[in-house]
Amino acid sequence: MPKDHGIGASNKRREDIRFLTGTGNYTDDINIHGQAYVYFLRSDVAHGKINSIDTAAAAAMPGVVRIFTGADFEGIGGLPCGWQVTDKHGEPMKEPPHPVLAQGKVRHVGDPIAAVVADSLDQARDAAEAIELDIEELPAVVDMKAAVQEGSALVHDDIGTNLCYDWGFVEENKGAVEEAFSKAAHVTTLELRNNRLVANPMEPRVAVGDFNRASGDSTLYTTSQNPHVIRLLMGAFVLGIPEHKLRVVAPDVGGGFGTKIFHYAEEAFCTFAAKQLNRAVKWTSSRSEAFMSDAHGRDHVTKIQLALDADNNFTALRTETYANMGAYLSTFAPSVPTWLHGTLMAGNYKTPLIYVNVKAVFTNTVPVDAYRGAGRPEATFQLERVIDKAARELGVDPVELRRQNFITEFPYATPVAVEYDTGDYHATMDKLVEIADFAGFEARRKDSEAKGKLRGLGVNCYIEACGIAPSNLVGQLGARAGLYESATVRVNATGGVVVMTGSHSHGQGHETSFPQVISEMIGIPEDQVEIVHGDTARSPMGMGTYGSRSLAVGGSAMVRAAEKIINKAKKIAAHLMEASEGDIELKDGAFSVAGTDKSVAWGEVCLAAYVPHNYPLEDIEPGLEETAFYDPSNFTYPSGAYCCEVEVDPETGKVTIESFAATDDFGNIVNPMIVDGQVHGGIGQGIGQALLENCAYDENGQLLSASYMDYAMPRASDVPFYKVDHSCQTPCTHNPLGVKGCGEAGAIGSPPAVVNAVIDALHSGGHKVEHIDMPVSPSRVWAAMNG
Amino acid sequence: MSKIHVTTTINGDAVEFLADPRETLLDCLRDHVGLTGTKEGCGTGDCGACSVELDGTLVCSCLVLGVEASGKSVQTIEGMATDSELHPLQRKFVEHAALQCGFCTPGILVAAKSLLDRNTSPTEEEVRYWLAGNLCRCTGYDKIIRAVMDAAAELRGEAA
Repeated sequence: MPKDHGIGASNKRREDIRFLTGTGNYTDDINIHGQAYVYFLRSDVAHGKINSIDTAAAAAMPGVVRIFTGADFEGIGGLPCGWQVTDKHGEPMKEPPHPVLAQGKVRHVGDPIAAVVADSLDQARDAAEAIELDIEELPAVVDMKAAVQEGSALVHDDIGTNLCYDWGFVEENKGAVEEAFSKAAHVTTLELRNNRLVANPMEPRVAVGDFNRASGDSTLYTTSQNPHVIRLLMGAFVLGIPEHKLRVVAPDVGGGFGTKIFHYAEEAFCTFAAKQLNRAVKWTSSRSEAFMSDAHGRDHVTKIQLALDADNNFTALRTETYANMGAYLSTFAPSVPTWLHGTLMAGNYKTPLIYVNVKAVFTNTVPVDAYRGAGRPEATFQLERVIDKAARELGVDPVELRRQNFITEFPYATPVAVEYDTGDYHATMDKLVEIADFAGFEARRKDSEAKGKLRGLGVNCYIEACGIAPSNLVGQLGARAGLYESATVRVNATGGVVVMTGSHSHGQGHETSFPQVISEMIGIPEDQVEIVHGDTARSPMGMGTYGSRSLAVGGSAMVRAAEKIINKAKKIAAHLMEASEGDIELKDGAFSVAGTDKSVAWGEVCLAAYVPHNYPLEDIEPGLEETAFYDPSNFTYPSGAYCCEVEVDPETGKVTIESFAATDDFGNIVNPMIVDGQVHGGIGQGIGQALLENCAYDENGQLLSASYMDYAMPRASDVPFYKVDHSCQTPCTHNPLGVKGCGEAGAIGSPPAVVNAVIDALHSGGHKVEHIDMPVSPSRVWAAMNG
Repeated sequence: MSKIHVTTTINGDAVEFLADPRETLLDCLRDHVGLTGTKEGCGTGDCGACSVELDGTLVCSCLVLGVEASGKSVQTIEGMATDSELHPLQRKFVEHAALQCGFCTPGILVAAKSLLDRNTSPTEEEVRYWLAGNLCRCTGYDKIIRAVMDAAAELRGEAA
């Protein structure tokens, strides 16, 4: 019998009512009396020297309040990078400045050159057209391998190279890996590209800056996954506003997927301009602007090699990857191809020796940073593709080859610096075989063949490191921030609870799932618990939502704060019942004395805390409010096995997803219905990456895919119903909830299953195709079959 | 540019507003009428977040001028529930958790209602193709399709 409340119940999402009735409060729904509007004039060339910007005519246009250029930001900090990677020689990465508005050069299509503030958006846009620009176009750096050749044009002249860093991991193992390859019975090599993607939350980014002249306080309303991080970065590093004079609010946010983690120029601009002009300034991104200013994702070019012994045991793995940074270092960009990618290369397998080389490269393209999965999809894709290729070369079953090499004993220290605490990879694979009906596949393939179609089945496993992250560890790895999370639990006098969390919900359903945890702990109904998030003035310092961390880290902080509450409440209850504190039990919203029929209700204890007439004032303070900061001791390691079945039309090359099944081990689960949805959404994005999406540049650095007519998003007609299962649960051993995180798994685990299925289908038709780069579009499939 | 006085009906109520003739219906709804439930996801008619019905026809309000609403009837998300009761589609969206961030949801609901007004027994494929004009980045569409089909069944009087 499924639970109907508390941890494990599929509670309906309380936030849905406002979204379903059109009464959500998103940033673009916020308008401040007298606000002005800003339009950013953006570069239409990928690379150029700014000779002059003449704003005189534009400034005289109707409604124009003021026009800002890079010159207005001289002496003001640029956008900071939050992670410093050290290269294989022990040198710090190259870290060029990232101005709010371009200074001297433009470095990608979309780079903001001038900001026109006017009474209306139309006036600002019209005036921007009257700005006279003299930009001398320079050769564009687009191809990563060419970018690091001698003589390439330079994105940043001052640093003398386009190489941000050349990272080796683990550098000390390199010799041993080489030796293992020299002794291998079989080596499988695969070269591939992990296609550049655009996250595309349906809500474009918005920023509204406001300034209160009376108090001297600045406020920024923004579409962010982590308002406290924006306050810290923008206040301390860009604008020099102390945190007590700066409030950042991220209200209802329409999806993030990573791209709303980062601190963007438009946020700093609106906050800055509001203060300069003593008037609120609003910016709403258009969709085409989003394509050329939101941080992009993925874009790796990789060569991966897997060494096996004569018994098909994996003996070593080595990879060489070029990772695109784009034109500037976005907030967490350097960490994505390194610590979020190299550390995952062991996957689910006991490969004893691994060496990962990553060259991060500057190009004249939009900055690239974390997008759902961030480094882990790239790791999973190459590993699970090379294993499939190895199985084919060796003539063995790809599932059996995986099983043979599974890690089975935990904790397991990988050769790439992480320690998996728990997992059961055979269990998730067993479940996958069952729910995906492997047994019936050959019959389904015959049915497809009878229709003239090729059918393929693709399988892969994944592991991810999330619940990001132990602060002292990431500090050693170059993070310039801590990655704890905070919560304040405030119990009101009448017993209701407000949780102020540093986590941020932009689709994840925290307003529903977090109260389930409090309900479970205290025994009060969920509707007695309110969640407050997204406002630096209301929540303690938090690090926000990304890396599948909200429940594992933010939820743990909430549990720790609630434990403090319960401990204090037990002291009060003991006093009220004249009993020993050690004998007090809390169950179903009432305190009782063990072994007696004495009891006092939760609400009575809460009231006593705030009306402390009969109260142990000599021992404890009145009130019932506690704050906790939780810093995880390890990452969490969700894992799973995914299966995709496709049909390929040999006439056209079109791939149709016939079924998709996912088995995930997320440890304990608070709300299964929400978890299902998270997995569904991730799979949808993974199918998008595998079959449809591609952010394309031409050789001049022109962005070719800056609208939904050019960038193919998955639509309802492109995907099937998904079979998902999360009954295999090995709880996390080091956080109080035993949870691992479920937000990114679908996007990490699904692309290789799709491509493996397509390759399998083609082989069934006699086409000896070893690889097709994503997106596996009809033209690519047709070309591979007929090439 | 001088503004034009527009008299229209929105969700059954007589409404007047002044529109710049270049303004979209979407901007008029959001900025002049205060109905911010309708969203702009792309501004080019490719995502469906701004879906409304204009005299019973499903349109992207970002592709319609505000002045075109003159003398017509506009149905937006704000008119879907009655004072006391959610529309069956809205209720089924809660039951199935067919939304996450909620940004595309108003447009999807308006589009889905438009489908069910025309076709009381859509197949899965019909629902998927009807809603193919509405992008959702969060849900992978699974629960949306199930919720719409379940709502259709309920509206037909079939037990769930």
